Order: sequence, then structure tokens, then C-alpha cells
Amino acid sequence: MAKSDVKLLGAWTSPFAMRPRIALNIKSVDYEFQEEDWLVSKSELLLKSNPVHKKVPVLIHAGNPICESLIIVQYIDEVWSSGPSILPSDPYDRATARFWSAYIDDKWFPSMVAFLFAQEEDAKKAAIAQMEEGLVPLEEAFGKCSKGKAFFGGDRIGFLDIAFGCFLGWLRVIEKAGGIELLNETQTPSPLKWAERFSSDIAVKELLPDTDKLAEFRKKAQAKMTANN
Amino acid sequence: MAEEVLLFGAWASPYSHRVEMALKLKGVEYKYVEEDLANKSPSLLKYNPIHKKVPVLVHNGNPIVESQVILEYINETWPGYPLLPKDPYERAIARFWAKFIDDKCLLAIFKASWGEEKEREKAAEEVPEFLNHLENELKEKRFFGGESIGMVDIVANFISFWVGAFEEAFGSELLTREKFPKLTNWTHQFVNNTVVKESLPPRDKLVAYLRNRFGGRNVSK
Repeated sequence: MAKSDVKLLGAWTSPFAMRPRIALNIKSVDYEFQEEDWLVSKSELLLKSNPVHKKVPVLIHAGNPICESLIIVQYIDEVWSSGPSILPSDPYDRATARFWSAYIDDKWFPSMVAFLFAQEEDAKKAAIAQMEEGLVPLEEAFGKCSKGKAFFGGDRIGFLDIAFGCFLGWLRVIEKAGGIELLNETQTPSPLKWAERFSSDIAVKELLPDTDKLAEFRKKAQAKMTANN
Repeated sequence: MAEEVLLFGAWASPYSHRVEMALKLKGVEYKYVEEDLANKSPSLLKYNPIHKKVPVLVHNGNPIVESQVILEYINETWPGYPLLPKDPYERAIARFWAKFIDDKCLLAIFKASWGEEKEREKAAEEVPEFLNHLENELKEKRFFGGESIGMVDIVANFISFWVGAFEEAFGSELLTREKFPKLTNWTHQFVNNTVVKESLPPRDKLVAYLRNRFGGRNVSK
């Protein structure tokens, strides 16, 4: 398929934008990437392709825009069906992967946002505690999903690996800033080891942002948002 | 092995009704277990330890939770009536709107009805904006799913029936024919569908329940 047929609007700082990129890598699909500098302004194309949310990522395939990161990942899985599967084949395993992905986005991610935007020490501490607590169920989830293999998806990275793994960049920024270990030997030994494997995977490696660069970006973003208020 | 399908639900919950509708559309036999949400059963807590909520579908002993996850599971497990389109792009669009309804619409409607003062004002502005997106998405279709009810229609059940009950319970105005003619038409089509009608709770009972449960709080006009 011609490269120009597949375009992804994203941002190097966005864990959500990373998800479809990993999926496209898994399927060995060539695509054109457009970096959105969302701190500065949003492109016409982005606003036109995602008028409801005006956010990245957006996949534009043969002129059709698809929005919402996990919906895009499922789309990629279904369209490029000859490549390695991203979602499991069994409906119950699929439901399990979807459940945990929804948990990460709806329950865990907000505590990460809370930390990143917290001003007071108390608020920061509370957010950290919530983040830590929120990660604990993933130990059991890993056991159930991986069935003894290396990834949530089994032998190869799959839907839930992508859904959770995209946050590792920001996770490391927070760990460094807070002097803590969110994924640790005591409560989450399996996800801790998984994180290393995930980060080194060929479909992921080049996409995970450098921790220091991301921390720099965070400072810039905080300054800008404070200035805007 | 004989198939066993259990649904833990609550009569007033739109989320629970979504699953009932889907099972009925697929013609799946199931046993319904009514949960008293003020006094949750040990079974519910066992099957849904993370969220402790209804609905929970238990298929041959395996629990599936979160209504949209359950809908996808039902669609993939039982053949026959398609809840989602076959085409991947159409599917992605359907999933987009289903997510929009839950993440944005419903949340805004709740906040506009009984959120904190500051939240309510903002939400009250958002509700018509969000409903407008849905109004535009309907275009000339009978249902969001086209000629027949699909996943988006099912997920929008809240808008078709519960919103009306809200409006009656609290004297608020969320979905008017003048502002949202297509959505209003859709509401009538949807609630008059045979399968849907079977699964809806009695309107008077729901209005009374909402008044009783949320009536003490401030409500928007």
C-alpha cells in the first residue's frame, strides 16, 4: 500500500499517539507521520479530521480519518489482517484485554494526570499513592493474560501491552521526579520485568521518548500552561 | 456442555439494560439476577472485584464486565444479528460514537443534572453541544446503526429513555424536538422497537426512583 495512503497525526510526547504507531510497526505498514506541536497550535488537518475532540492521534487511511487511540489500534488489526494479530483471537481473552485497557485509561491514567498537574505537595503525594495502588491489580492481570509467556499478549506484544506500555515514558519521568519506583519488585514484579522486555521490543524501541527530554518538555508545558492561566 | 449465561443487573440501570437488549437481539437464553445495589451480593463482588458494579455477564462461569466490553463479547461470541458493522472503517466509526456517548455525553448530562455549582454550568453548556454531534451523526438514518439497531443505538439507550425520565423527574429540558429533531425521532423509533420495549423499565417506576434517589440535590432548569 502506498505510503501516502496511510498518515498518522501524532506527537512524540503523547502516549496515546504511540499506540497506533506501535500497531503499524507490528504490521510492517509504511506510513507518513505528521508531528503536531500541540503546545503551539493544532494543524488544519487535525482540526478537520477530528472536529469532535481536536486531539491526536488520528489515523488517516485512504482519506478516511479514524480517531481514539485504541479504536485506531483495533482498526489497524482488522484492516491489516495478514500481519501478526494484535488482539487475541478468543472472545474471552479479547474481553479481558479490553477490560484492562479500559481500566488503565479510565481508572489509572487520571491519577497520572493528577500528579503531573499537582501543585501542592499533599496533592502530589495523594496522586502517587493512587498511582501505586492502581498498578497493583496489574500483577495478577499479567499472570492471567500472559499465561506464562513474556507479554500480556503472549509470545508477542498485543493490545494490552500497547495500551499500558505507551505510558512507560511518562512513568519514568514521574519516578525520577518523585524518587520512587511505581513498578517495583515487591508489588508488581511481573509488570516490572515486562516493562524492560516491552521497551526493548523492535516495534516499540524507537518510539519510547527519552526520559530527560520528556522531563524537559514537561517543564516547558507547565510554564506555558501557568502563563496561560 | 450446556451453555450457561447469567446476567447480574439492576432494573434502573441503563448499562444493565444495554446487555439485556444485546442478548435479546441475538436470541441468547439467559438467567437474570437482580442486584440490590445498596446491598451487593457476594457473587457480584466475586465476579467484579475491581469495579463491584453491574452489569456482569457470566458465560459458562467466566465473568465479563463493563457494558461496552460485554457488548463486543456478545457480538463476537454469538452469531446472527450483527451489533457492529462488518466493514472495519464503519466499525471504527461506531466504536468512536459509542465511546463519545459514555465518556462525554453521559458524563455531561450527569454533571448538568446534579454536579457541583461550577461543574453544572459548564456541563449545561456542553450537553447541547454534544447532543448536536449525535444529531449530525444520525443524518437521514433511522438508527445510528442504519436500518436496524446497532451498538451505538444500544449505548445511546440512556438518551432515548433515561433522559426523558430525568426530564420528567426534575423538570429539566435536555432533549427538545426543536433543537434536536432527528434525535427526537430516533428516540421514538428506538423505544418503540419490539425488543427494546421488552427490556425497558416501567417509566413511572423509573421517574419515582430518580426523584427518590437524586431529588434532594440541586437540579438544573
